[in-house]
Amino acid sequence: MASFNRKDWKKTAYLGLFLAIALVCSYIETLIPFNFGIPGVKLGLTNIVVVLILYTLGPREAFGVSMLRIVLVGILFGNLFSICYSLSGGILSFLVMLFLKKLDHLSCISVSVAGGISHNIGQILVAALIVHNFNILFYIPVLLIAGLITGLLIGILAQELIVRLSGRFDFNT
Amino acid sequence: MCRRFGKNDWLFVGGLLVICVFVLIGFRLWNSREGSQVTITRDGVIYKVCSLSENQSVDITDENGMVTNTLLIQNGKAKMIEADCRDQLCVHQKAISIQNENIVCLPNRVVVTVTNEEFGGFDGFVQ
Repeated sequence: MASFNRKDWKKTAYLGLFLAIALVCSYIETLIPFNFGIPGVKLGLTNIVVVLILYTLGPREAFGVSMLRIVLVGILFGNLFSICYSLSGGILSFLVMLFLKKLDHLSCISVSVAGGISHNIGQILVAALIVHNFNILFYIPVLLIAGLITGLLIGILAQELIVRLSGRFDFNT
Repeated sequence: MCRRFGKNDWLFVGGLLVICVFVLIGFRLWNSREGSQVTITRDGVIYKVCSLSENQSVDITDENGMVTNTLLIQNGKAKMIEADCRDQLCVHQKAISIQNENIVCLPNRVVVTVTNEEFGGFDGFVQ
């Protein structure tokens, strides 16, 4: 117990809260009929939470919550395959966002845009491998644009949240 | 903390947008021809080739003979009208008729692609 100080307790509580919010976001997303007749286009609401954690608590915490969210949502609403697609998209977009954040030349809106696009690319590549048919890469251009637009919207929301929340909560003290 | 949206960001997002639009236009120009048939694959293996000029309903079965998806071909367009999975994403996809356009059913690993007789789609069949 000695190694667990007040800061760790606080962080654990925040991570639990963020994971719960991410799960609710995933659920809300299944309720919104957001369909353009194109497979795989989603709003990506949960990425708000991932970007928020990335900028407030840190990359390890963001990755952990993102992965746990995907596995839990897969178990609750999806199947083994949907976990595979989401994991590939989630891991790729996380790595891209982490890289761009470390470069420290861009705002979190751009980071989120890159995350949205790379999420879609990762997902469709794994989908093509699973169905053994690369014809589905036909939808890559549409998915690129969709990732850009949703990433932009999510990034704007995440930025507003980061600015407002980090003044009110001391995540790291 | 999060930086403000500045010049770097305009360049980055603008650049990505330009690239995306070019890729989209390129793909559209490259694949603008109407197709004459649809090729149905399961697990990357060709299951059936059907002509688009003939109105028909095609049942797609799995290894055990169970019908998993039903494809409807009408007025030169193909549309998935039934699937046995939970997400029903393929049923919500729009009807396809342009070469290389496709409908994917991920849970059943079924892909329906518009093709032409002389051209079998992208060079992409992984065995």
